[in-house]
Amino acid sequence: MGAVTVIRAENLRTWFPVKTGLFKPVSYVKAVDGVSFSIHKGEALAVVGESGCGKTTLGRTTLRVLEPVSGKLYFYDKDVTHSREEELREFRRKTAMIFQDPYSSLNPVFNVYRILEEPLIVNGIRDKRERAERIYKALEEVKLSPVELFMRKYPHMLSGGQRQRVAIARALILKPEYVVADEPVSMLDASVRAEILYLLNDLKNKHKIAFMYITHDLATAKYFCERTAIMYAGKIVELGPTKEIIRNPRHPYTRALIEALPDPDPNNRFRRIRVVPGEPPNLVNPPSGCRFHPRCPYAKDICSREEPKLAEVKPGHLVACHLYA
Amino acid sequence: MKNILTTKDLVLYYRTSRGPVRAVDYVNLWVESGSSLAVVGESGCGKSSLAYAILRVLPRNVHTYKGEVLFNGINLMSLKEEEMRSKIRWREISMVFQGAMNTLNPVIKIGDQMVEPLIIHAGYRKEEALKEAGEAIRNVGLAEYILDRYPHELSGGMKQRVVIAMALLMKPKLVILDEPTSALDVLTQANIMNLLKDLKEREKLSYIFITHDLALASELADAVAVMYAGKVAEIGSAEQIYGDPKHPYTKKLIGSVPTLRSDKTLEFIPGAPPDLVNPPKGCRFHPRCPYAKDVCRREEPPLIKVGDNDYVACWLYGGE
Repeated sequence: MGAVTVIRAENLRTWFPVKTGLFKPVSYVKAVDGVSFSIHKGEALAVVGESGCGKTTLGRTTLRVLEPVSGKLYFYDKDVTHSREEELREFRRKTAMIFQDPYSSLNPVFNVYRILEEPLIVNGIRDKRERAERIYKALEEVKLSPVELFMRKYPHMLSGGQRQRVAIARALILKPEYVVADEPVSMLDASVRAEILYLLNDLKNKHKIAFMYITHDLATAKYFCERTAIMYAGKIVELGPTKEIIRNPRHPYTRALIEALPDPDPNNRFRRIRVVPGEPPNLVNPPSGCRFHPRCPYAKDICSREEPKLAEVKPGHLVACHLYA
Repeated sequence: MKNILTTKDLVLYYRTSRGPVRAVDYVNLWVESGSSLAVVGESGCGKSSLAYAILRVLPRNVHTYKGEVLFNGINLMSLKEEEMRSKIRWREISMVFQGAMNTLNPVIKIGDQMVEPLIIHAGYRKEEALKEAGEAIRNVGLAEYILDRYPHELSGGMKQRVVIAMALLMKPKLVILDEPTSALDVLTQANIMNLLKDLKEREKLSYIFITHDLALASELADAVAVMYAGKVAEIGSAEQIYGDPKHPYTKKLIGSVPTLRSDKTLEFIPGAPPDLVNPPKGCRFHPRCPYAKDVCRREEPPLIKVGDNDYVACWLYGGE
């Protein structure tokens, strides 16, 4: 392989304390509970799951916006798990985030030029000419042309797709090496979604950026991500090459997810979708054993007793399920 | 088959400081009795406004509202507001509004919220109304004890079922569903789609299913109307629209849907939908259309018949 690992998580746990009463003990929402993975240079990893499965918390933890309660987080070879803010300077410059909602992630009183200038100023690029040059280049890269025209515009003058391009330009202007994109296309219309996915893909390949692409939609992941991790209730239940996961899903949860996602086909209306019963568990008190067992059609005795470990079923394809143990 | 609903040159413009917004602009479509019509389009194409225009639930800033809405042969536009309320809305045509599950009153029990329209509109006594509500709630696959719960005790999927039950309380024939699964997770969405299919069969309902998601639309659609910039670009059977789309916009839109099971290159449409205060002259899609001709820039295309029940508003298919 020889691929360089940019970000690596080992058994990462991010818990949020919740107080249930004045004298009651503090309990925890175990949003991310023992997650391990790595992302290589120039690779995109999709983190797919339903709302509340901990995917956004995972993304934020890997950017050290949140501090994990245990586990390890490495950026290249550097342990950044509990680094203090002063020590994170370089890490902050080399990482970035793209948010879901381009309508609220851009400052409405700044024009595009000012939005892109901000991170440059913050990071001490004093030379005005250099800033202008980099802003110009960044806008060209996200294909907002004519650049002179877009530079002067304010967010409200832009369409959703154009705003997201500005957000991408802002995230990439400091040449980050690891970028978390949290549902970057889910608020966009279908007709512009693909365009943004292609743009992200080009930028990934050109600058060899490691991406984490957080989404609830496995179908868009297919067009951008080499590998996919399926998350359920704070844990990764399946991890492998995206195409392999879609064609040959192993975990019963992954299968249910794929079954429930329709492709456009007029015959769909004549069939019923097979759906697993129940709802995702409360993360304060997740079920014992495999967290999916109360909903799983194949649950055995062991599933409620013992937590399954992520294990390889094929080179590079990992599943946490007792069916494959 | 007979049409349960037909619109003829339906128009709904909103008044704004910049001028009228042409949200629904001479829309002609039809829903066959017992079938579902999916109205698909991108945000801002006027698909929700179309629903408001059909049901005549209008905001205050209406600029123009005209045309015909024929429901089982009656022109709803000729009815007085009072008749519309007492005879049509909820009894004949009901609607599940977008995000309705988040508009349940948080301090009133589900049952009490559900019976309110029965008591006010249909003169039920409370016990009778609760009995009806119980039946409706079982009909959508929930247990009757839900009536005693408050909204915050229910999950999103359960709340969505409650809202659907409310729309079905007065036994309507036609239900307008405006993005009924938009805030729900994939598995919950699948559950709701299954429920809507069951209800359609069991209650012999007709649907107008409004969505931006073409893949999801195919879960329910017998026919599809594709809207662009306040107008119907194409309307036809699901087989026609998904299998052999005619309008360049429909083709591109279907090409842009990411699919799990087939490998295809995703398409996209450069540019953005037009401003409905100042839509382009001629065909509204012409600035983004790769096949635009002179006539497209000059004149608006009529709906041209291209199949048994399939019509397309595009100059490529004749008319000149």
